[in-house]
Amino acid sequence: MKRFIGFVKKEFMHIFRDFRTLIILFGIPAAQILIFGFAVRTDIKNAGIAVLDRSKDEISSGLISRLESSDFFILKQNLHSGNQIDSSFKAGDIKAVLIFEDDFGKRLLNEGSAHIEILADGSEPNVANLVTSYTRAIINDYMIEFNKARGSGAMVIEPEVKMYYNPNLQSQYMFVPGVITIILVLICALMTSVAITREKEFGTMEVLLVSPLKPIQIILGKVTPYFILSLIDVIVILFLSWLVFNIPIKGSLVLLMLESMLYILLGLSLGIMISTMSKTMQQAMFISLLGLMLPTIILSGFIFPVEYMPGIYKWLSLVIPPRWFITIVKDIMIKGTGFTFVWKETLILVFMTLVFITISTLKFKKRLE
Amino acid sequence: MRTILYLIRKEFIQIFRNKFLSRAIFGIPIVQMVILVPAVTFEIKNIELCVVDKDMSTESRQLISRLQGSEFFLLKHTTFSDKEADDMLHSDKCDLVLHIPQDFGRNLIREGNQKIMVLVNAINATSAQLAWAYMRGVLQDYNSELVVQNLHSTAPSRIPVIETTNRFWYNPSLNYKYYMLPGILVILVTAIGLLLAGLNVVREKEIGTIEQLNVTPIRKYQFITAKLIPFLIIGLIDLAFGLLIGKILFNIPFNGSIAILFLFASLYLIAALGLALFLSTLASTQQQYLFVVFFILMIFILMSGIFTPAESMPLWAQKFNLINPAAYFMRVIRMIMLKGSGFNDVLPDIRGIILIGIGTISLAIWRYRKTV
Amino acid sequence: MTSEKVIEVRNLVKKFGSFVANDNLSFDVYRGEIFGFLGANGAGKTTALRILSGLSRPSSGDVKVAGYDIYRHAERVKKHIGYMCQKFSLYEDLTVAENIMLYGGIYGLPKKLIETKTTKLLESLDFTAYRKRIIGGLPLGMRQKLAFSVAILHDPDIVFLDEPTGGVDPITRRQFWEMIYKASANGITVFVTTHYMDEAEYCDRVSIMSEGRIVALDSPAGLKSKYQSRSVQDVFVKIARPSNNN
Repeated sequence: MKRFIGFVKKEFMHIFRDFRTLIILFGIPAAQILIFGFAVRTDIKNAGIAVLDRSKDEISSGLISRLESSDFFILKQNLHSGNQIDSSFKAGDIKAVLIFEDDFGKRLLNEGSAHIEILADGSEPNVANLVTSYTRAIINDYMIEFNKARGSGAMVIEPEVKMYYNPNLQSQYMFVPGVITIILVLICALMTSVAITREKEFGTMEVLLVSPLKPIQIILGKVTPYFILSLIDVIVILFLSWLVFNIPIKGSLVLLMLESMLYILLGLSLGIMISTMSKTMQQAMFISLLGLMLPTIILSGFIFPVEYMPGIYKWLSLVIPPRWFITIVKDIMIKGTGFTFVWKETLILVFMTLVFITISTLKFKKRLE
Repeated sequence: MRTILYLIRKEFIQIFRNKFLSRAIFGIPIVQMVILVPAVTFEIKNIELCVVDKDMSTESRQLISRLQGSEFFLLKHTTFSDKEADDMLHSDKCDLVLHIPQDFGRNLIREGNQKIMVLVNAINATSAQLAWAYMRGVLQDYNSELVVQNLHSTAPSRIPVIETTNRFWYNPSLNYKYYMLPGILVILVTAIGLLLAGLNVVREKEIGTIEQLNVTPIRKYQFITAKLIPFLIIGLIDLAFGLLIGKILFNIPFNGSIAILFLFASLYLIAALGLALFLSTLASTQQQYLFVVFFILMIFILMSGIFTPAESMPLWAQKFNLINPAAYFMRVIRMIMLKGSGFNDVLPDIRGIILIGIGTISLAIWRYRKTV
Repeated sequence: MTSEKVIEVRNLVKKFGSFVANDNLSFDVYRGEIFGFLGANGAGKTTALRILSGLSRPSSGDVKVAGYDIYRHAERVKKHIGYMCQKFSLYEDLTVAENIMLYGGIYGLPKKLIETKTTKLLESLDFTAYRKRIIGGLPLGMRQKLAFSVAILHDPDIVFLDEPTGGVDPITRRQFWEMIYKASANGITVFVTTHYMDEAEYCDRVSIMSEGRIVALDSPAGLKSKYQSRSVQDVFVKIARPSNNN
């Protein structure tokens, strides 16, 4: 037992001496949180628009200045002809072009309707959608006021919206669970597998195997520091999110930590499994990064909603552990649910962990023979 | 000069003799394109809608059938009960709840306006906003319909209405793959530049073969050039591969000039490789390097505007993007591929990337020492 | 051995932080001689060798190698020297011929010359059959001999060898020293560090280092007579203090 503790201590020292890696391990989640919290905007702001006003009357000008004065848009160009549209899109600054037909005001008042064409740059679909939608909303509001002022009652449905669980539409609500998942995959799977494979590649694994330490002690010893490191990281992330963004943990913190520990175990067993499959560090890195990191980012639902992916991906995402963990974290943190809600997902994670441990043990035994 | 050729030859031999690596270099882009591109979509369809209709009037039923008819929404359930709808939202059985209050129809006709409440599950802010945008669109259309209907039944006074039509240029169907594939290509090319090249140099450091080179009369610039060129070539080949796959599998358009794109890509790779070389002088093990690069790569990519518009970012972020090479490439590749932008359109970005490249290469040259 | 000095060192000091690895070394090496640097691990041999080969900068002192000042003309020095270190020297994933071609090219030898030298080199070692074999698969002894041959491929003035014969059997070591003799006979000065005492006997002159200082410098015969010993090993034991690092 004493030998084991000594071994664990040595592994710890090894990691903590690598100051640069340590800084990065805490730097990555911090940076992610800050970026997602402060920089990434899902909304549009200061989107450049151009206007082709064929009429140039009071009403069209009034409408244009209404658009300009909104936070969403900046009027960047006043076009004079349709030929200019393509080149202004191509130059990159303009997200949409609004075309007012000629005699706009006159037609509106005398014929009862006038036409505006909204051309949006479809190369950024989200932006195009939002720009179009906001433009129409502003035009709508303008017309309502216009008509009220003239005393003509129009029938108006005024929708109001409540954004549940995330009233300010902050992207970090979505992303904090994702950040936790990523960093855990990074530490548990990537670092662990590289650390173990390193011993294999440099030949020191043999030395360990011949020592009085049992194989299981070696593995546990290698893995324990990362377990503790991961836990600390999770706490740091939660603390940072709370401190900087007031992201609440509506549910039970204890439950969240327990689930995190389970996920850490899963990650570690995955890392061990990868190390049994790789001969060199290079291989371990590649497998961890491409086989784990990428699917985690893409298929777990942390940025791109799984519900809207093509069918086969929905199936694939079922076998990706991060997907279940993210659901658990979201439910506990943001919706504030308890264990009764997440027991299914928890069970799945337990099952996966057992599978990985079994495979690793079998492979390890094979190798010893 | 011949020295550089000999060194480049050595690099290529080493890369292609490494079975794992040589397969990975070409396998990875294929896998990424094929698997990732269809997955990375914000295209939302069949948003699950639950309606609480406390009115049950002609108008409310008309509205509901409009929603049903829209391709964006899937009407899952209609109910009287607020609580039932709330529960559905809470347990993720629906994404949106629309509350139609009592006397909706009557108030609309008599008083001329009526508020209705929409509840959106906003945990994913992006989808929430899009769902809300679509909902507003449907409501506005319905609104105009009502106005026109009423036009015929009420008094002579005409209520002016602005009709808008909208079209999406360059991507009429708003196909997300057109948007994301270039993004993924940027990640790919950047990762190859930063990861492969840098790990290679750090590996030589770790094993010690770099010392054997340091003791020869080889010049700094020769060493650096010989490390840059192979990975520049590999990066460009991978870009070509990716574009080809995009065209064949997903029919991604390519409206601009391939030559300009590859010119920019070369400049971009040089800048990225310069950064990789600089970073490699800071790391002593491959693992350290991997983490440093992962960190930087992540920041660059997230800030580059890959899935959220870079222009919407706060001022400090936009200033940061001035030195973020990925932001430049992200812009340029989409501009060229989807809009067919020309040389003059991307010239400011070309100038920017050249400056960044000069910066990173200078850093690399400054830090790399033959004599410690 | 001539009287022309190819290496001149005066008051060389190398410090790492507060640790003094080389403490005021002064010595000369003459053209064509086999000069040995003997000492326990941690005595400072490798540090000194790295400075002489231009890999590391001295903290203070004057160092001239092949007639050039190591401070100002380190790169010129490198044109005239060869280097072989025990851990690695040749690329493990390249073939014998590819390694030779690479280093030949780096030292500026024309292609034809590299070709002829390669053939001659392989013949003299009896390795012609291994021309296309990957270095990584060859036994250590072969690798060492090949590494030495590559180090002198460009006919340098001086070749620096850092513990070149570690880990091989005595016969292979003997063969390796045959190669060193041949090189020396051809006018190449050989500067070799070692902790094998018997190898010290093969050198023209030996310097014994202990804790960063040179405690003795003479031919093996001279050392043995001065310290009344029958072998250089005995001399070493008498005068070198045990290294504190062990």
